[in-house]
Amino acid sequence: MTTTTTPPKDAPEAPSAPRSAGALLIDMMRANMRQYGMLVALAFIVILFQIWTDGTLLLPSNVSNLIQQNGYILILAIGMMIVIIAGHIDLSVGSLVAFVGAMSAVMMVKHDMPWVLALVLSLLIGAVAGAWQGFFIAYVGIPSFIVTLAGMLLFRGLTQIVLEGQSLSPFPDGFQNIAKGFIPEMGPYTQYHNPTLVIGAVTVAFLLFREGRHRKRQLAYDLDVTPTGLWVAKCVAMTAAVVAFTLTLASFHGVPVVLLIMCGLLIGLGYVMRNAVIGRHVYALGGNKAAAKLSGVKDKRVTFLIFVNMGVLAALAGCVYAARLNAGTPQAGLNFELEAIAASFIGGASMSGGVGTVLGAVIGGLVLGVLNNGMSLVNIGTDYQQVIKGLVLLAAVGFDVWNKRKAGR
Amino acid sequence: MTRPVLEMRGITKTFPGVRALSDVHLTVRPGEIHAVCGENGAGKSTLMKVLSGVHEHGSYEGEIHFEGESVAFKDIRASERHGIVIIHQELALVPYLSIAENIFLGNERATRGRIDWNGTLREANRLLKRVGLDEKPQTPVADLGVGKQQLVEIAKALSKEVKLLILDEPTAALNDEDSAKLLDLILELREQGIAAIVISHKLGEIRQIADAVTILRDGQSIETLTVRERPDVEPRLSEDRIIRGMVGRDLDHRFPERTRYDGEDAGTLALAVTGWTVRHPVDHQRKVVDDVSLTVRRGEIVGVSGLMGAGRTELAMSVFGRSYGQYVAGSVAVGGREVTTKTVPAAIDAGIAYVTEDRKQYGLNLIDTIHRNISLASLPGMRRGGVPGLVDEHHERSVAERYRASMNIKAPTVFEQVGRLSGGNQQKVVLSKWIHADPEVLILDEPTRGMTSRRAASTSGPSSRSTPSSTGSPRRARRCCSSPPNCRNCSGCATGSTPWPRAG
Repeated sequence: MTTTTTPPKDAPEAPSAPRSAGALLIDMMRANMRQYGMLVALAFIVILFQIWTDGTLLLPSNVSNLIQQNGYILILAIGMMIVIIAGHIDLSVGSLVAFVGAMSAVMMVKHDMPWVLALVLSLLIGAVAGAWQGFFIAYVGIPSFIVTLAGMLLFRGLTQIVLEGQSLSPFPDGFQNIAKGFIPEMGPYTQYHNPTLVIGAVTVAFLLFREGRHRKRQLAYDLDVTPTGLWVAKCVAMTAAVVAFTLTLASFHGVPVVLLIMCGLLIGLGYVMRNAVIGRHVYALGGNKAAAKLSGVKDKRVTFLIFVNMGVLAALAGCVYAARLNAGTPQAGLNFELEAIAASFIGGASMSGGVGTVLGAVIGGLVLGVLNNGMSLVNIGTDYQQVIKGLVLLAAVGFDVWNKRKAGR
Repeated sequence: MTRPVLEMRGITKTFPGVRALSDVHLTVRPGEIHAVCGENGAGKSTLMKVLSGVHEHGSYEGEIHFEGESVAFKDIRASERHGIVIIHQELALVPYLSIAENIFLGNERATRGRIDWNGTLREANRLLKRVGLDEKPQTPVADLGVGKQQLVEIAKALSKEVKLLILDEPTAALNDEDSAKLLDLILELREQGIAAIVISHKLGEIRQIADAVTILRDGQSIETLTVRERPDVEPRLSEDRIIRGMVGRDLDHRFPERTRYDGEDAGTLALAVTGWTVRHPVDHQRKVVDDVSLTVRRGEIVGVSGLMGAGRTELAMSVFGRSYGQYVAGSVAVGGREVTTKTVPAAIDAGIAYVTEDRKQYGLNLIDTIHRNISLASLPGMRRGGVPGLVDEHHERSVAERYRASMNIKAPTVFEQVGRLSGGNQQKVVLSKWIHADPEVLILDEPTRGMTSRRAASTSGPSSRSTPSSTGSPRRARRCCSSPPNCRNCSGCATGSTPWPRAG
């Protein structure tokens, strides 16, 4: 009975030989299917409405308007994405937007506070609100759904108490500029907005520099790199996109202040999520909390900080929204949490956490924003707009689920 | 000889990358208690899943005959209709539903969609009497202990007119008293003509109740032995004989060659745990680990062995950042210096690494890539330009590439999702993670669970540093450890210098 068992054969593995550019491209696309898919969908929606509105959609004035219209939702979506990656949810952001807007109105309109100080204090209020919720979620262990549902009621109520049911206005010009302003024109008359051109040029230079450095370091570490042709194509496409966007903005009033804020957040938080230890810990927590804890991730602290961050961003969005309306109103921010959550899911977040990117949230937010703007331009009523947005959300996530199931086989 | 109630012939089942079962035969006679034995990963659970229809007909080769006719189950309900009911190791009860509701879950007594509560309660009462459980059928299952829950599972099986009952490690989570009760019940059911297949690691129990035992090894049925001729006689078969079947004779080459660690610090103290005592996280009366001491010297591999529930994992996890239970007393010293291991980061800083028993639940982020899993425990060390808090992605990636080559992780790139790798490769990722954290002491908790022996050999290769390795398999403990302390049920433990013959 001395049976020598035949060892089980290993599964045939993919060959590790260098693969063709096409295969690499497909691999890359597959890895970020939802994000690439959404980028394609965004482009499709833009083209669709560009044709449908006879070119109104991409008119410089409308592009500026589009950015200013959606700035606060995009800011919220960035924070919401991080919350969802960590496996949580925040339902309170809409109410927090209203509350912070109200507080800023009280400070500036009632007490004549300088707007910069009021802005800083408003952000601080957001941080404290976030810390309040983060404390209960991280250290007490109440599910975020419950804590932020309570926050939704609580902050809405506080808003009404603070404003006594009234709207407060007007805000100082400086404050209004956060939402409505552009960076000032400088230099000689050139038909274009000069500082915008400079910013565009710097952006292109920076992007190309970054791509080049990234590639050099990959080579230095002896890692697989994207084939040269593909890489050049990527750089050209990127440059073209930035140049087109810059010229569009520069032929109107230039770069809106909101866009500057948003880009700062996108670059800063995107960098943190990708390259900072704490960002990695957020992904690990959302992917497998138990494993993350056993790998030395300080789960409570990370969770707490995520909600503080969300609070600050909600406060920022609250200021932007109040500045845009030029009033603190009790009804501000209604359903903003739902828009932000929808943007995150359209942009690649997963209900169970662990996946998604900040850029994805922005893309998701833009899909919703362009839909809103485009549909308004062609006079589709808000009733149908809601129906269509609902279907888009369902389709985006449905496509992702279907795609994953196919890949899993 | 009577006609067998169940015959499984030539069952072969392959998963991507692994042949879990090959040409397995199993024959159960009417009214027989038939034990199935084998090491972890031998294929016992897979065989039972084939039998109960979890793996549908067509996904495996071979045939199953039940009560003389050929059967092909497409799901678990189909096998239940024939009277084959499986009770899994993890109980499948809904905690907040009552006993009666659980018994008839999925099988409700109802007329035209309306539940017949009187009938349900009456029938539940009858079944509870039959399994000897003195509880009201309205009691929520959450209020019962594990032993009683196990009885509810059996009552549930009985409600389905069971003819062949499959029990997967039924006593694993039970204390001695509850185990004895359960075993008595299985014997009683046999008298009522219900055959049973029992999967168990506890060989004593098998000798106590089984009539025959089939031994699986590496996915093959090795042999079927008769435990006793008649139910009322003492068993003939010895535990040693069963172990011999499970292990096989040709032990050579199934483990890597032992090499001696010859560094300058060889033999100096690496880890010393003294008087370690931990209470159960919920039941504070119970000491899960009671005054355990052990020492590991540099270059030594120390095995910690014990049965399920002996406290191996609990010991390891509580030492590693107090991740389990409520700390009572004890100290840990690494390299002769007392260290604090209050939190996981502190334990890692002190030079302790812990490879969990359940890699999917506690070891890996399955939806993330290989390189990010490997770096997770040592991110602060991968500084970008010396800035604390930032991660150098390129460095991270090249580290992962290095481990992919040296550990022979079979994946096209380090960007592959860990969830798509086979179990053995996943384990290599976990090991890479902890080796890269550069610990003084590596604690491995059942590192070869769910892997075939050959894979186990290749994963246990690189761990030549000081390594306490907790394992349920005494054979493996013997093969790779210099000295195995033993954990016995819920308490106590010998110190780590029991002389142990070099395995050869």
